Amino acid sequence: MKVRYFPGCTLKNRAKDLDTYAYRSAEALGITPEEIENWQCCGGVFTTARDEVATKLASVRALKDASDSNLPLVTVCSACHNVIKQTNHAMQTNKEFSDKVNRYLEADGGYNGEAEVYHYLEMLRDLVGFEKVKERVVNSLKGKKIAAYYGCLLLRPHKVMRMDDPENPTVMEDLLRALGADAVVYARRNECCGGYISVESPDAAKKNANAILENAKAAGAEMIITACPLCKYNLVKNGADIPVVYFTELLAEALGVKGEPNET
Amino acid sequence: MKHNNDLREEILRMSGVDTAKCMKCGKCSATCPAYDEMEYHPHQFVGMVEIGEIEPLLSSESLYKCLSCFACVDRCPRGVAPAKVVEAVRLTAIRRQGANHMTANDVPLILETDTPPQLLVSAFRKYTK
Ligand code: SF4
Ligand code: SF4
Repeated sequence: MKVRYFPGCTLKNRAKDLDTYAYRSAEALGITPEEIENWQCCGGVFTTARDEVATKLASVRALKDASDSNLPLVTVCSACHNVIKQTNHAMQTNKEFSDKVNRYLEADGGYNGEAEVYHYLEMLRDLVGFEKVKERVVNSLKGKKIAAYYGCLLLRPHKVMRMDDPENPTVMEDLLRALGADAVVYARRNECCGGYISVESPDAAKKNANAILENAKAAGAEMIITACPLCKYNLVKNGADIPVVYFTELLAEALGVKGEPNET
Repeated sequence: MKHNNDLREEILRMSGVDTAKCMKCGKCSATCPAYDEMEYHPHQFVGMVEIGEIEPLLSSESLYKCLSCFACVDRCPRGVAPAKVVEAVRLTAIRRQGANHMTANDVPLILETDTPPQLLVSAFRKYTK
């Protein structure tokens, strides 16, 4: 099965692991990601103001591409996913906004939110199925105590994201269990790491990141997985003393397709 | 400078929020991870916009402390979406000529070898117009 793939800016350099292992794992599971040509950076944060247009055009272009190809649009970075999905929702529900966008883009046939947007985790759950993932595991992660860190962007705002229960999510834990690991559940897994506040007030980011790390470790975690380069950066930068890895790296390892490491 | 009532209307239109729905329970502020950093808290943004007291918000550093984590949006029992109010006030402030909160000159000070582009892109999206 083919999908249209939007990697995002950070996956092409600082977060190459997130990207490379996403590819290798998808292929091992029978999915062919086709990278969108000339994709543009999503901008990192969705602007909720209804009258903001320019900051949302990159997302609309990616959505239109997927819709024209009749393929689901898959993203792996939490932030790209959030921005693209919220933009799609705005195209579906805010007529004034979608009219402006369509007049500006002058795209053939227009675009009104037809694309289906999947985060990679949703692709694993809904298009591949965790049962199938489990069957393909060659290096079981049995005995490893791993905590999933969701952060905010995958889950909220729930009315738009609709990925999982925003207060008691299970998709990443279900993946961990499919890979044979023990999923460590802890309270702060859906609280914010500090995001871009590390530019403005590094101490505030440190406080958030430490609270998450301490909470995960107190629950017995020996490793944390994430889908977001900024979450990883904030956790590592603020002194994580257990490994923080991208979920795609762990997946590739379990599927036996990790191969050669990236040069970074 | 616009009259406060015009500002209020503009912020309500931009955000799409009905501030009158707020029942002042404070849950948004209680769950806000930036609470300690803020002079005005999410429930105050909602309440002050409702009564047109917007100038103090426009000049407050609180505008740049919100993380866009949407915790207040999902956890408000009245569906008010305080983050959208914060965002609209912030844009009202930085859309003014010369009012950007960050410039390209700040980048070298922030940039380290491990800085993910996502961090810079997100900060620019929030702090500049
Ligand atoms: S979105 Fe902003 S105001 Fe709302 S809880 Fe998060 S940091 Fe606080
Ligand atoms: S949680 Fe909602 S109802 Fe309660 S104070 Fe905040 S905005 Fe108002």
